[in-house]
Amino acid sequence: MLEALLISITIFVLAMFVGFEVITKVPTILHTPLMSGSNAISGIAIIGAVLVAGRLSGTLSVTLGVIAVAMATINVVGGFLVTDRMLQMFKRKEEGQ
Amino acid sequence: MSAALLIDAAYVIAAVLFIVGLKRLGSPETARSGNISGALGMLVAIAATLFSQEILGFGAILAGVGIGGLIGLVLARTVQMTAMPQLVAVFNGFGGGASALVAVDEYIRIGETGAAATPDVAFTIAAGILIGTVTFSGSMVAFGKLQGVVSGNAVTYPLQNASNALIALGILGVAGWMISAYDPRALLILAAVSFVFGILLVIPIGGADMPVVIALLNSYSGLAASAAGFVLSNDILIISGALVGASGLILTSIMCRAMNRSLANVLFGAFGAGGTTAAIGPAGDGDKTVREITPDDAAVLMAYSKSVVVVPGYGLAVAQAQHQVREMGDLLEEKGVDVRYAIHPVAGRMPGHMNVLLAEANVPYPQLWEMERINPELERTDVVLIVGANDVVNPTAEDDPSSPIYGMPIIEVHHAKHTIVLKRSLSPGFAGIDNPLFYAESNRMLFGDAKASITALVQELKNL
Repeated sequence: MLEALLISITIFVLAMFVGFEVITKVPTILHTPLMSGSNAISGIAIIGAVLVAGRLSGTLSVTLGVIAVAMATINVVGGFLVTDRMLQMFKRKEEGQ
Repeated sequence: MSAALLIDAAYVIAAVLFIVGLKRLGSPETARSGNISGALGMLVAIAATLFSQEILGFGAILAGVGIGGLIGLVLARTVQMTAMPQLVAVFNGFGGGASALVAVDEYIRIGETGAAATPDVAFTIAAGILIGTVTFSGSMVAFGKLQGVVSGNAVTYPLQNASNALIALGILGVAGWMISAYDPRALLILAAVSFVFGILLVIPIGGADMPVVIALLNSYSGLAASAAGFVLSNDILIISGALVGASGLILTSIMCRAMNRSLANVLFGAFGAGGTTAAIGPAGDGDKTVREITPDDAAVLMAYSKSVVVVPGYGLAVAQAQHQVREMGDLLEEKGVDVRYAIHPVAGRMPGHMNVLLAEANVPYPQLWEMERINPELERTDVVLIVGANDVVNPTAEDDPSSPIYGMPIIEVHHAKHTIVLKRSLSPGFAGIDNPLFYAESNRMLFGDAKASITALVQELKNL
């Protein structure tokens, strides 16, 4: 079991490094979209929520699962949509007004 | 091939799509496709998960997705751009809350099997509940502050840091209890204390420090997802959470650097809560002469100059004057004036706040200049118009070592030939520091609400 935890930690550490390397320099104009876009990705918790909500192991458990799925879905759907809405506004010139 | 193998393969694809998406979010040309890549990754991950054999029924999932999807859609479509910081805070909170609930649910399930969780599993569950709940309640306080429901000032009380340390110790104790034996009471107490802890961590942080807090909560929401991944031994959760955690940390450090302060100082310093009152110079000091300007004089000054730089601050967002600013910029450009916007990294209430507002008003992004790029240009600039910004243009940050903001990089507007400050009154900014710029020979004040003042400027420009 401890072995599984160590593998998880390895994956976590490596992914953090990938994150730092991939992002490093972001221009100010993209700070908000990067934040809300990456925030939408953190809605990946939806997967955990789907797994626990689908287990049907007890009323309390399922109720918590539904709430978790709903919260994560708000995060995912709202996050990606609002990021797209913002990025649509960033224009080089006055095209397509 | 078994279903489990296919799911894992899909998770690899999702991880790649997330990484590519984040990479592409780093450049204006590719950002939109980057966001779509992220959304695609999410779709792949969710679709694959539905094939998991752990899932016995879809009713609960459908209900959750239906409710959440609808709320998310409506929020994303209807939110005002000025309310973006609040919305990001709410989304952060919900992500963290979902992660915490996953951990809670797992603890309950283990309890139902009758066996105690092994220490390593219980540890990951405790960590998941702690990080997720702190993210949730902290984000709700941040939302309250940004929305004006909770005081935006730094709220302080005696022995703040001592009591926080005590609570942190208590959390460790309860976590230890959870790990040593299965006990639903430990779960409830841990969740409750973590909830309070999240509130106490954010409440002492003042309004102008919000960009740091929002970025940090963004990082937490990623770490919370990672923690949920540890709980379920799910790699895609761990990877995606870590990516978001890293990106949030990078933004946090950019914000801290832009204010020349350490993260610890932002979190525990309760900056701007008072104690700096000695630095406030009374507005009517004898040798400090304030020179006012009328909108028509200001319009003439700008219309007959070669270059104008606009420095927007939080006051622009409050007054919702971005459209008027853009109209003014257009009128000036028609008259052959070179118009640019100088954006300080921490202007506003979240990272990149001003860029979003000006983009909403259709200001083309090549006109938005970052601080480092505009500063050398300012000496050659005829007029700088400062709209609702204060501390980010305060020269004491450069030349007064006793100033609380000494060392903070600023937009060096005092090098320009003329400056015009649009402000309601002479009150100091969040830091409570008097701004010598207001009394400078080359500065003029245009008092009033930013929107009203700029509307007046637009009128005068049209009449010229």
